[in-house]
Amino acid sequence: MKQEYNITVFSENHIGLLARITIVFTRRKINIESLTVSESAIAGVYKFTIVIKVNEDQVKKVVAQIEKIVDVLKAFYHTNQELIYQEIALYKVPTEALYDSDQIENIVRNSGARILEITREFTVIEKTGHKDETQALFEQLNQFKVMQFIRSGRVALTRDPIERLSEFLKERDAFLNSMD
Amino acid sequence: MNKEPMKVTGSEAVILSLLEEGVEIIFGYPGGAIMPIYDALYDYDKKITHILTRHEQGAAHAAEGYAKITGKAGVCFATSGPGATNLITGIADAMIDSIPMVCITGQVASPLLGTDAFQESDVIGISMPVTKWNYQITTPEEIPNAIAQAFYIAQSGRPGPVLLDITKDAQFGELEFNYKKCKKIRSYVHETPVDPFKVKEAAELIDKAKKPMLLFGQGVIISNAEEELKNFIDKTGIPAAWTLLGLSALPTSHPLNVGMLGMHGNYGPNVKTNEADLIIAVGMRFDDRVTGKVSAYARDAKVIHLDIDHAEINKIIKADVAIIGDAKKSLKMLTDNCKNNEHKKWLSEFNKAYDTEFEKVIDKDINPTKSGLTMGEVISKVSEQTKNEAILVTDVGQHQMVAARYFKFNHSKSLVTSGGLGTMGYGLPASMGAQLAAPDRTVVAVIGDGGFQMTIQELGTIAQNKLPIKIVLLNNNFLGMVRQWQQLFFEKRYSFTELVNPDFLMIAKGFGINGQKVTSREDLDTAVKEMVEFDGPYLLEVVVEKEDNVFPMVPSGASVSHILLEP
Repeated sequence: MKQEYNITVFSENHIGLLARITIVFTRRKINIESLTVSESAIAGVYKFTIVIKVNEDQVKKVVAQIEKIVDVLKAFYHTNQELIYQEIALYKVPTEALYDSDQIENIVRNSGARILEITREFTVIEKTGHKDETQALFEQLNQFKVMQFIRSGRVALTRDPIERLSEFLKERDAFLNSMD
Repeated sequence: MNKEPMKVTGSEAVILSLLEEGVEIIFGYPGGAIMPIYDALYDYDKKITHILTRHEQGAAHAAEGYAKITGKAGVCFATSGPGATNLITGIADAMIDSIPMVCITGQVASPLLGTDAFQESDVIGISMPVTKWNYQITTPEEIPNAIAQAFYIAQSGRPGPVLLDITKDAQFGELEFNYKKCKKIRSYVHETPVDPFKVKEAAELIDKAKKPMLLFGQGVIISNAEEELKNFIDKTGIPAAWTLLGLSALPTSHPLNVGMLGMHGNYGPNVKTNEADLIIAVGMRFDDRVTGKVSAYARDAKVIHLDIDHAEINKIIKADVAIIGDAKKSLKMLTDNCKNNEHKKWLSEFNKAYDTEFEKVIDKDINPTKSGLTMGEVISKVSEQTKNEAILVTDVGQHQMVAARYFKFNHSKSLVTSGGLGTMGYGLPASMGAQLAAPDRTVVAVIGDGGFQMTIQELGTIAQNKLPIKIVLLNNNFLGMVRQWQQLFFEKRYSFTELVNPDFLMIAKGFGINGQKVTSREDLDTAVKEMVEFDGPYLLEVVVEKEDNVFPMVPSGASVSHILLEP
């Protein structure tokens, strides 16, 4: 059964690695729903969070192929249920709309969004949440004509009490030394 | 080795690094962006041989042929742009067949990157899907380290091709040269220790199996596990069948060698796959040419899969027990854990299947009574006259399958063929690498008339370097394998498969290569003898029957049980 899987990749910071990883998906005609890359808690180690819609057999194979890439340290996959995850969305609405009624204020208050900036022409609202939540806010705000809208890729944490990466790196170093 | 650092140019550092890695031969083709490296090479012609091919594709295939025989990385040089793109077919071939290769390409100077400069192409981008690793060097200081990593990555674990793209300014610049071999890379674990519990689990399955069958692939050859394979089957009495790339790992004459798997493999190993109760797959990846219809493959069998590449486990066929690690170590542990056994009755079923195949196919192929010459009799004759001691190089197509079926081997690392990619034009250049890797062995290159014309220019390289390759050209004036499919599956609609060929002997003569053409059976024996005894390169063109087919055959998409012995 196809569902959303979150692939987490820890890698060295090398030019071209992103392309190498996306080739794994392109070659299998798998669409990347969302992609976030940034430096992890450990300096020099980068973390990719990639969301795809496939079945479990496919995600296993894809992760195995990603892990084979020389500059990749480790790759995992998780279902949505196994993770705490968020996306961030920014909405630009005409400031005029705020003058006319308190509707926008109520929407912002009820949805747990916040206002980042107000100028004469526009107001920027920020909301973090799952895609259905940021999408719902978009629908509500669009009554007042959203001028611009952007949603980020997903960031996610496992429910493990700690980041396993530093332990993993220690184990990896010990293993490599033992192979000498 | 740590030596006193010395100041050298990036180009010289490339050559010194290659020498540190024990490189003896480079296959290549110069051009603008790699000229500084070629200039540095000029001073080292006593220590390193450079073979100037006639096309970069030839350099890549020659490097593959060299790597296949030596187990060491083949090295090639090419310039930027078209030089580099011409390597790609060879790199892709090496990738899918796990061949260690280090390609060094020149690149435009770093300030020109991305400006559409003359002969600039994004070689890193282009080669990414077909390399195990690639890296662009833009400063001279990076050179020794990058080359050390390249060799380490290419040759360890499941081997593969790597590419280093070196900008012209990095070649011209200077550095303090100090070479350290790469011993590890944090993000790259190429081999994990074999899990003894998995070995025990596997041994239990093996000991109680009634109809076990072993399938071996190139992994056995790559890890030098030929002896361990033999010990394992000798102890357990398990019949062993090979994939195309596993061929020669076990001598043809071994009593437990039951033949080739797959589309044009032997009858027994194919049908018995679906009767076996246990499959032990060693260093092979269940290619679709081996499995036929996957959902109808080995349905009654438990599967034990030995492979160094964890991504191969469960990729195509689910493994009941997976042993991840080096085949040499895994097989030894497995042998130690298994009981002495034999499977006489089960083995006799393979022999019976062979008799059926002999009567319906093999006898007609190698002892034909019809007037036209068959590929089978030519191969059989060449194998016989080289006493099964030769290195066999093939191109791709009908002749390749016939050669794999009928050539016999006494020694491992004696077959050079394009398996996964099926690259026509591979044979002639690959034979150059094989001959240079084994100057004292007879190298026979069996090639069809189609593939021969794809890289025929390498006759020039063969002549220039006096490589005594014995070229057996099986000429049927057709792209034979495609024609066979057209006959069997496309109602004989021979769409663009017939060739009007040149006078091959005259072409060879133009290159200064001797040869002869055989059109009738009574001349074959003497002609083969003359070729084998000839001192130097030789072209033996044999005109074979125009519309002959390779059988047995598992039609594309059919189960291995439904292998056809005749149309």
